[in-house]
Amino acid sequence: MNIIDLKKVVYEYFRRDDEGNVTGITTAVDHVDLSVKPGDFIAILGHNGSGKSTLAKHLNAILYPSEGTVWVDGMDTTEEDKLMQIRQTTGMVFQNPDNQIIAQIVEEDVGFGPENLGVPTKKIWERVEESLKAVGMYEFRKKSPNRLSGGQKQRVSIAGVLAMHPKCIVLDEPTAMLDPAGRREVIRAARALNDVEKITVILITHYMEEVIYADHVYVMDHGSVKMEGSPREVFSRVDELSALHLTVPQVTLLADRLKKSGLPIKSGILTRDELTAELVRIKSGR
Amino acid sequence: MIREITIGQYYQTDSVLHRLDPRVKLIFVILYIVSIFLYRKPLPFLLAALFLALCVGLSKVPFSYIVRGLKAVVVLMLFTAVFNLFLTPGETLVAWGGLKITKEGALIAAFMAARLVLLIISSSLMTLTTTPTQLTDAMEKLLWPLQKIHLPVHEVAMMMSIALRFIPILLEETDKIMKAQMARGADFESGNLLRRLKAMVPILVPLFISAFRRANDLAMAMEARCYQGGEGRTKMKPLRYKGADTVAYLILMVYLAAVIAVGKLT
Repeated sequence: MNIIDLKKVVYEYFRRDDEGNVTGITTAVDHVDLSVKPGDFIAILGHNGSGKSTLAKHLNAILYPSEGTVWVDGMDTTEEDKLMQIRQTTGMVFQNPDNQIIAQIVEEDVGFGPENLGVPTKKIWERVEESLKAVGMYEFRKKSPNRLSGGQKQRVSIAGVLAMHPKCIVLDEPTAMLDPAGRREVIRAARALNDVEKITVILITHYMEEVIYADHVYVMDHGSVKMEGSPREVFSRVDELSALHLTVPQVTLLADRLKKSGLPIKSGILTRDELTAELVRIKSGR
Repeated sequence: MIREITIGQYYQTDSVLHRLDPRVKLIFVILYIVSIFLYRKPLPFLLAALFLALCVGLSKVPFSYIVRGLKAVVVLMLFTAVFNLFLTPGETLVAWGGLKITKEGALIAAFMAARLVLLIISSSLMTLTTTPTQLTDAMEKLLWPLQKIHLPVHEVAMMMSIALRFIPILLEETDKIMKAQMARGADFESGNLLRRLKAMVPILVPLFISAFRRANDLAMAMEARCYQGGEGRTKMKPLRYKGADTVAYLILMVYLAAVIAVGKLT
């Protein structure tokens, strides 16, 4: 069974003028179908305003679809009595690290979710310890979040979600406000959760470099899915991506240009090593 | 400069005071503050000051760090001192033009200043040694009976702890906005009071907007983590009295008795 299933999901909101009269309807999510298997690492790409964050908020019942259905682990998100179960199944990490840390001490913040779930005290401590260790923040457990770097704060946020024992974690642009080092930290933590803990990860981002490790990539624009496939398939369509205002990783772009200028390079190069290997192959082949 | 305010901040270290039950510290501070307002005599004050000095020593918080917290209230202290000094009727010490300093005024001014200093040091000592979460837990637990008459005790406690968590973040933001405005030629330091107040508007407007945005984000993050009020919640760090807490209560009793004894006798 799929952990997440979206069937023809539409989300519309009303635009209002200053007096509150409806002036129009904006369709933020437009007939999106999406299914995620347990243990997958999924990436959703799109530039600002493509509807990817709105879509993410449907995955743990913060928003409800105007049309269509969202199933999380077999539960329809509009069933009100299942709300807490749904939110526990798919944890959510948001963009701004400062605006999602509730407590003034790292370990207390990680304990916030389990406290809400009514987990017994002793078990909370076990969960906090294992979650902080999983993201490599255990040694910072007594620190104030204000003294951490952005990347560290985001890892604490991930630990906070992890402590609720979710089956799936949705990361809604977790790296948008971080520097490159912080971005790498967070992506590494997310990949570790997927590899080691076998948690389904849905990463929403507009940085192409972050999605090359994903199992499956969706590209969104104007509320609907425009492209999907493995990172290799998606990145081989460089022209289509630039039409959607997305820049492909530099190596991929270079490989694409070389290919267009006549070199027999295979399409969908993702890493520097691949390009090097490909160039060596061509050179020795001649 | 704005970041130097230490009131309401937690100072991370490990000391006897840090390990005490927050309820003890809360009751301690309340009764301590009562004790410095009981008498207007030098000896009880001396006792109170000595006692506080002992507590500061036990807390392992650097004294300079605590004093920095005082800076923020120097203006208030000067204000009360000046008013007391000039406006209290009584035996004239110095007369200068229409103004006169009376003996009573000087005494009251000195006592008020001393009281304010002790009050601020004692309460900041509590917040320096207690995390906001512990503090609000303590309030929640102490005020729990009020839940019976439908007062939202848990909600208020949660709001307070969130407010405390966001103080440093909003201060930093204020600093950033001020610098941004200054870089574009804004002037916050010259002109009369009205002009300076007017200059604050371009700081407050963006600050408020950002605070609302943060509140919105935070509410969503809390909901996403299954927060639904106090019901059915368990505690990661439930409050339980230990041996040291009983000892602390005893010390508090002895201190209060001593203050009252000294106050009555002198």
